[in-house]
Amino acid sequence: MSENNANAAAEGNIFTVSKFNLWYGDHHALHNINMDIKEHTITALIGPSGCGKSTFIRNLNRMNDLIPSTKLEGSILYNNEELVNSDIDVSKLRKEVGMVFQKPNPFPMSIYDNIAYGPRTHGVRNRAKLDNLVTESLKSAAIYEEVKDRMSSSALGLSGGQQQRLCIARALAVQPRVLLMDEPTSALDPISTGKIEELAMQLKEKYTIVIVTHNMQQALRISDYTAFFLLGDLVEFGPTEKIFTKPEDKRTEDYITGRFG
Amino acid sequence: MREKFDEQLDELNKQFILLGSVCEKNIAKDAEAIRNHDREEALSVFNQEYDLNNRGRDIERLCLSLILRQQPVASDLRLVSGVLKMVTDLDRIGAQAGDIAEIIMKYDFSHKGEDQDLLLKMADECVKVLHAAIDAYVRLDQKTAEEVLRMDDSVDQYFAMVKEAIIQEVSRSEAPKISFDVILMAKYLERIGDHCCNIAQWVLYIITGKQPGTR
Amino acid sequence: MSVASTKRKIYKATMLSLSNICMAITVALVFFLIIYIFVKSIPYFSWELLSTSPSYLKGTIGVLPDIMNTIYIIFMALVLVLPMGVGTAIYLNEYSNRPKVEKAIEYCIETLAGIPSIIYGLVGMLVFCQFMGLQTSLLAGALTLMIMNLPTIIRTTQESLKTVPQSYREGAFGLGAAKWRVIRTVVLPCCIDGIVTGCILSVGRMMGESAALLFTAGFAHNLNGFFDAMHSAGATLTVALYVYAKEQGRFDVAFVIAAILMLMSLVINITATVLARRIQNKKGE
Repeated sequence: MSENNANAAAEGNIFTVSKFNLWYGDHHALHNINMDIKEHTITALIGPSGCGKSTFIRNLNRMNDLIPSTKLEGSILYNNEELVNSDIDVSKLRKEVGMVFQKPNPFPMSIYDNIAYGPRTHGVRNRAKLDNLVTESLKSAAIYEEVKDRMSSSALGLSGGQQQRLCIARALAVQPRVLLMDEPTSALDPISTGKIEELAMQLKEKYTIVIVTHNMQQALRISDYTAFFLLGDLVEFGPTEKIFTKPEDKRTEDYITGRFG
Repeated sequence: MREKFDEQLDELNKQFILLGSVCEKNIAKDAEAIRNHDREEALSVFNQEYDLNNRGRDIERLCLSLILRQQPVASDLRLVSGVLKMVTDLDRIGAQAGDIAEIIMKYDFSHKGEDQDLLLKMADECVKVLHAAIDAYVRLDQKTAEEVLRMDDSVDQYFAMVKEAIIQEVSRSEAPKISFDVILMAKYLERIGDHCCNIAQWVLYIITGKQPGTR
Repeated sequence: MSVASTKRKIYKATMLSLSNICMAITVALVFFLIIYIFVKSIPYFSWELLSTSPSYLKGTIGVLPDIMNTIYIIFMALVLVLPMGVGTAIYLNEYSNRPKVEKAIEYCIETLAGIPSIIYGLVGMLVFCQFMGLQTSLLAGALTLMIMNLPTIIRTTQESLKTVPQSYREGAFGLGAAKWRVIRTVVLPCCIDGIVTGCILSVGRMMGESAALLFTAGFAHNLNGFFDAMHSAGATLTVALYVYAKEQGRFDVAFVIAAILMLMSLVINITATVLARRIQNKKGE
C-alpha cells in the first residue's frame, strides 16, 4: 500500500480516490468512485442536481462528518493520508483543504475579523502577523482594493460578489493547499461570476481547485479536468476539452449537449 | 429538449447537402458541355457562381449563429465546426466548376483528342468522389469517408494521364491550342478531388473527433 | 339586488359590529384597570413609603425591602436559569443527534411550562426548603423560579439558535474550527438578542409570580444585603401586596405596590418590544 502511495505522490496527485462508496442511511449515494486529482489544476465536477457531486466534494475535507448516518467505504488519499474512516486530524485537514460554499456566507462580523477567523482558530495571535495574513489574503482574492478602507465594517454590507470573494479570501487566510468550491457562482451575477472565474484561474498557480458547477460553460472556461456524475456514478472523467468535444460515454454526450432525459 | 436547436441543426444539414448537390451537378454539367459542345450548359454553370457563393455565406452565418447562441459541445460542436470547414471546400469546388465552364465557353471542342477523353473520364470520377463525400456526410458513415480518400487516388492518376497525353501530343507537335486549357481544366478537377478529400476528413472528424492532419 | 347579496351584507355588518364591540370591551377593561389602580394609589405615594423599611416602633410601613427582595430574587434566578437554559438549548440544537432523546426532552420542557405555579411552590418548599435544608429563603425562591422559567429560556434560545444560518456553521467548520469554538464565536453571538428577549420575558414572569414564592421565599420585610437576603426569608412585591391587602387590610399600600408592579412591567414590555424590533431588523439585513 505504501508503495502505491509513493507512486501517487510522484505523479503529482493530491487526491487519489479509489473504489469510494457512500451511503446516507440506506441510500447508496456514491458508487465506486475512482478519480485522481492532480496538483495545481482545476477539476470541475458537473452533473444534474442530486447526482452526488456536492456529496463527493464534501468528502475531500470531511465535511460529511457533520451529517449523521453516513457510511463510507473505499479510499480517498490526500497527500498520502487516508481520509476515509480514519482518525486523521480533521481540523488540520480542513486547514489544508479549504472550502467555498454555494451561497456567500461571511460571518456577521467585521471584514477583518472574517478573514482573521481562520488564522485565529489555528492559534495565530500576533497582531502584526494577523494584519499581514488578512492583507495578503484579501489581495490574493482580488478584493483588497475594494475593502481596504472599511476593514472594520460589517462583512454583510458587501455585495454578493464581494462577499463571495471575501469568503475565498477567508479560506485562503489559513494558507490551504486545496480549495473546494461548491457552486461558488450560482448566486452571483455575470460580472461577479467572471471575477470569481478569473480569480480561480489565477489561484491555480498556487492551489489545487476542485469546483462543483451547474454551469457547463463555466467548467469549459476554467477547468483542466472535468468529471461527469450521474445518479451517484462517476460516468466520465478526463481532460475538459476531451469531455466537451468527444465524450466517450453516451450519457455524458446527452447531458452536455442538453439532450438529457 | 433543445427542439429549436435540433431544428436549426437540421436546417444547416439541409442547406449544406443542397449546396453539395449543386456543386456535383455543375461538374457533371461541365462534362456534358464538353461532350456535346454545349456552350449554353457551360454558361448556366458559370452564371451560378454568384448564387453558390451566397449559399456558402448563408451556411457560415448559420454556423456562427449556432455557435454564438447555442454554444454547442461534443457531437454538436464537431458537426457545426465541421460544416464550417467543409463549406469552404464546397465553395472552392463550386468556383472551380465555374472556372472550368468559363474555359469551355471559349472553344467549340470540334477537335477530339485522347486528352479530352481522359478529361471527361476524370470529370465523371470527380462527380463520383464528391457524391461519395456528401453521402458520407449525410449518413455520417466512416467507411464511405475513408473510401473517398482512396477514390481521390484515381482522380490523381487521371491527372497524370491527361498530362502524359498532352506531353505526347506536344512532342509530336500536333497539340492544338486547346491542350493548354485542357491541362488547366484537369488541374481544376484535381483540386476538386483534393477538396473532396478535405470534406471526407472533416466527416471523419465529426464522427471520431480526430482532427484532420493529425496522426 | 339579489337576496343572497343582501343577506351577505347583513351578515357582514353583524360580524363587524360584534367584533367592534369585543374590541371596545377589551380596551375599556384595560383602561379601567390602569386608571382605577392609579387613581387609588396616587394619593398614597410618598418618598417615605418607597425608601424605608416597615417599623413596628414607629408604626410606619415601607416597601423598600420588598422592592429589593424582588430585584435580588430575579437577579439570582436569572444567574441560575441562564447557564442551564442556554446550555440545554445548545445541547438540543447543536450537539444532540438522537431525535428520540430530543423529542423526550422537549416534551418534558413543554409539560414543565404548563404546570400551575402553585405546584412549583409546593414542590419547591418540600425539596429546597426542607429536603435541601435551605429553609424559607430567597435562594429557595430563586431556585423555584429557575425551574419555572427554564422552559421559556430554553425555548427562546432554541428558536434563535435555529435562525442562525447553517451556512455560518459550515463556513466555520470549513476553516477547521472545532465545534465549541464554532458555537462560542459564531453561533452564540448571533443569538444574543434572542436570549436577551427570553430573559426579559422571564423577568416579567418572575416579577408577577406570587403563589410559588409564598411557599418558598416567605413574608419577611427585612432590608438585607444581597448575600444575607439569600439565606433569609423575604417577601417580594407581589407577595407583599397579598400580605398587606389580605392580612393587614392596608389597601393603600397594596395599591401603591400594584402601581409599582404595573410600571415595572410596562418598562419590561417596552424593552422587549424594542429588542424584538432590533432582531427583526437584523434578520432583514
